[in-house]
Amino acid sequence: MSDKEWPLYEVFIRSKSGLSHRHAGSIHAADDQMALDAARDTYTRRNEGVSIWVVRSSQIVASDPAETAAFFEPAEDKIYRHPTFYDMPDGVENL
Amino acid sequence: MYTQGLDQKDKPAGTPQGAETPGQVEAFQDRIDAEDKIEAKDWMPEAYRRTLIRQISQHAHSEIIGMQPEGNWLTRAPTLKRKAILLAKIQDEAGHGLYLYSAAETLGVSRAQMVTDLLSGKAKYSSIFNYPALTWADIGAIGWLVDGAAIMNQIPLCRCSYGPYSRAMIRICKEESFHQRQGFDILVALCNGTDEQKAMAQDALDRWWWPSLMMFGPSDNESKHSAQSMAWKIKRFTNDELRQKFIDVTVPQAEFLGLKVPDDELEFDEKTGHYRHGEIDWQEFLDVLAGNGPCNRQRMAKRRKAHEDGAWVREAARVYAEKHAAKDAA
Ligand SMILES: [Fe+2]
Ligand SMILES: [Fe+2]
Repeated sequence: MSDKEWPLYEVFIRSKSGLSHRHAGSIHAADDQMALDAARDTYTRRNEGVSIWVVRSSQIVASDPAETAAFFEPAEDKIYRHPTFYDMPDGVENL
Repeated sequence: MYTQGLDQKDKPAGTPQGAETPGQVEAFQDRIDAEDKIEAKDWMPEAYRRTLIRQISQHAHSEIIGMQPEGNWLTRAPTLKRKAILLAKIQDEAGHGLYLYSAAETLGVSRAQMVTDLLSGKAKYSSIFNYPALTWADIGAIGWLVDGAAIMNQIPLCRCSYGPYSRAMIRICKEESFHQRQGFDILVALCNGTDEQKAMAQDALDRWWWPSLMMFGPSDNESKHSAQSMAWKIKRFTNDELRQKFIDVTVPQAEFLGLKVPDDELEFDEKTGHYRHGEIDWQEFLDVLAGNGPCNRQRMAKRRKAHEDGAWVREAARVYAEKHAAKDAA
């Protein structure tokens, strides 16, 4: 009898409608349905969720932490994207 | 605590690794000092990774083995309400084990490896779970003292420098306070009951007090991993500091129950505002860690049997999943 490990799933939970799903942790399961059931039992024993997403961890594509600085560099020098960059003349309202 | 610095065979933390440059190590320490959180795929010193794998997996194993002393009383809980509460509490502990195993897995160790290490006896778990739960009052004492000591240790771990561990601890801490209260509630009922019931509560305190103090691990001058773990902000307080806090909050609770803490040297020190306590029997602690506590063999045998008994279920689920995956592909 083989005791091969079940695949790992990442678990995302929407805590109430109106909010986004948020990463809660991970679980092992043999298939998708078991992953949902196990995620419910493991992460929502106190009504922490109204919706669960599970996805095989191996399917997630992630940015490389070693490249963080270079990867996010394009946004670094564009301070004009923030409203605070602009000085509004006195007397102008509702802007 | 659940991670008492039990596994002393490991190389001391901080062993220099060939592949690590001083610059890397220094940059890492700077991140820690700036209270930055370290995430799974970030660069980290090998010794930091090893220390965390050891600590988180020991913690997970403790949650799993810790279900046994309480599970012992499930079918004998005095009322249906108490039974439902105890079942929910034990189920939480299983959940804690799972959160922690998945946190440890982010460091590159597999679940299967951790389970193998527990079953083979290579990995350790907290000494406290090698004591028997002899009466119903023990279920009260475990919730009050054992979960109480766990809370004391786990609250600072919520700020641990390793993100996945810290997030698991935040989730766990939210659930622990129910555990402690249900235990205290059991003792309140017994202490307001017959003389015999109150004596049962006293007996439970007599047996669980000292082992609970040992949960915080060796005293500071004996604790090998403490200094490095503090520098890495895995630990925020020393073993003795946490133990003292626990004593300070727990003694008045015992007084409220009308129970006597089994320590003749226990005394409130007006000057420091802390309780002074008697010497802990460290030989007993070492004996339990070495495998010679009252229940070590029983706990391991039961865990191994549960794992073996579940083998056909794991196999069936795997075969079912493979069959359906093949069908879906066709
Ligand atoms: Fe727990
Ligand atoms: Fe607990």
